[in-house]
Amino acid sequence: MTMTSAPTGAAPARRRIATQAAFETRAILRNGEQLLVTVALPVLLLVGLVQTSVVELDTGTSTRVDFVTPGVLALACVTTAFTSQSIATAFDRRNGVLRLLATTPLGRGGLLAGKILGVLAVEAVQVVVIGGVALALGWQPVPSGLLPAAGLVLLGTAAFTALALLLAGTLRAEGVLAVANLVLVLLVVGGGLVVPPSELPGALAHLAAFLPSGALGEGLRGALLGTGVPPLSVVVLLGWTAVLGAGAGRLFRWH
Amino acid sequence: MPTIEAPPGAAVVVRGLRKTYGGRDVVDGLDLQATEGAVTAVLGPNGAGKTTTVECCEGLRSPDGGEVRVLGLDPVDDAHRLRARVGVMLQDGGLPTGVRALEMLRHVATMYAAPRDVGELADRLGLTSFARTTVRRLSGGQRQRLALATAVVGRPAVVFLDEPSAGMDPQSRHAVWDLVRELRSEGVAVVLTTHLMDEAEDLADVVHVVDHGRVIASGTVPELLTAGSGTAAPTIRLDARPGLDTATLRAHLERTRHDGGWHVEESAPGEYVVTGATGPSALAAVTDWLAGEGVLARRVTTGRRTLEDVFLDLTGRHLR
Repeated sequence: MTMTSAPTGAAPARRRIATQAAFETRAILRNGEQLLVTVALPVLLLVGLVQTSVVELDTGTSTRVDFVTPGVLALACVTTAFTSQSIATAFDRRNGVLRLLATTPLGRGGLLAGKILGVLAVEAVQVVVIGGVALALGWQPVPSGLLPAAGLVLLGTAAFTALALLLAGTLRAEGVLAVANLVLVLLVVGGGLVVPPSELPGALAHLAAFLPSGALGEGLRGALLGTGVPPLSVVVLLGWTAVLGAGAGRLFRWH
Repeated sequence: MPTIEAPPGAAVVVRGLRKTYGGRDVVDGLDLQATEGAVTAVLGPNGAGKTTTVECCEGLRSPDGGEVRVLGLDPVDDAHRLRARVGVMLQDGGLPTGVRALEMLRHVATMYAAPRDVGELADRLGLTSFARTTVRRLSGGQRQRLALATAVVGRPAVVFLDEPSAGMDPQSRHAVWDLVRELRSEGVAVVLTTHLMDEAEDLADVVHVVDHGRVIASGTVPELLTAGSGTAAPTIRLDARPGLDTATLRAHLERTRHDGGWHVEESAPGEYVVTGATGPSALAAVTDWLAGEGVLARRVTTGRRTLEDVFLDLTGRHLR
């Protein structure tokens, strides 16, 4: 796809992609179920985990809010990049929306770019809302960790968007709806997002750090608690992004 | 890839197109052509390969064999150059369900450098009454009109319309047909698939009849109507009570006209078709016979075969 020059009759690529990103963002933020999963669920989890001790957490020397917030941000990233995106894309695919937009000057590349930017825009909203609630609860992130954290969120977004597209491009829409929600629950409970892999029972303690969820959770905790980003997290996220991206590129069916 | 000779004015050229799904040839050596400033109908029963053919022209599917050229370009390889010049209306609409009708049209319009005026287009196709309704709540006909609007909003040179009138009420259909005729007069090449005979008859300059993945007949509507009928003479059709004795009508025709070769058939209960050397006196003979039988026909028509006759003759009458 040419990003710089627009073919005759087409709007400039930048405008097409920006318009599509805004369109995708509005579609998510206007959808009640999507808002429930992407905003309400993480906020409830944050407040619940900080204000109660229903879930036992070994927070080490950190306060509970400092320890929980990075994991909730990791969860928020997964809800938008994976759960919400896979479901939206699957239904758009079933309804022919992907095919129709692919025939407009937007094209397939522009559609993908618009989707990714839309995900990032929703994540920005999530960070503002969740970060705001966390700050109100006394969250004190390490300032030097903010930039690495942003980088990790981008990496996590890449890996989970690739997984979302892999799912959405290969399964029926109803199947994606079921699988995406199931996977989200499994990742929250045992994926190392909110509860660190080391505190998970049995084999999960070893396995979760190699899942994209565990890598994202551990990475964000390392960055925002000031203990440093584990190199393993970066390697794992890069690896998953490569594998899932290649899979989605190869297996995605437009029809 | 060898280029194919495209005659002047040919906007779409398909030669020997083949497309196979799971070992089954859905399109099997299909040839067709669509020219600028003309409406080309691809007519065929369900499953004939119409949608697959236009999807190959739209760049949504890659052919397994043969060649497709749209405006002289390859729909897949040159997609980025074609997209701004080709408008598409998909059979399943392709409209996101959670978006308001006019918002979708405006969104697609922003993809083009010089789109049509959205408000004017919305008025033309009667979209304003449901402009703020989400696609999910639109009726089938409303969705079709919105999908047509999105197909033409970018001022395309070629438009593919897959079953444009499906699910439309008569008013919507005529609004759509008027727009299609206007596109034609502006020089746009319009390609539409349909299984509606009246749509093809009223709109199309050229009809390609497709069955089992091939074009089995092509031509203008008058050409198709005279070809294969075996006779240039018009038929006489009458609607009356079912069960009239067709043999006596035939005998009456032979007796009064002093010639043979008459064929009288009750094609459906109460619907009769008379073929032969029809003319003014044959019509008089038919009505004379009806009077003798004491039968008042509900309707007597003379005239050419309809495209439906041609279509059924070509594709058979069995359901599929």
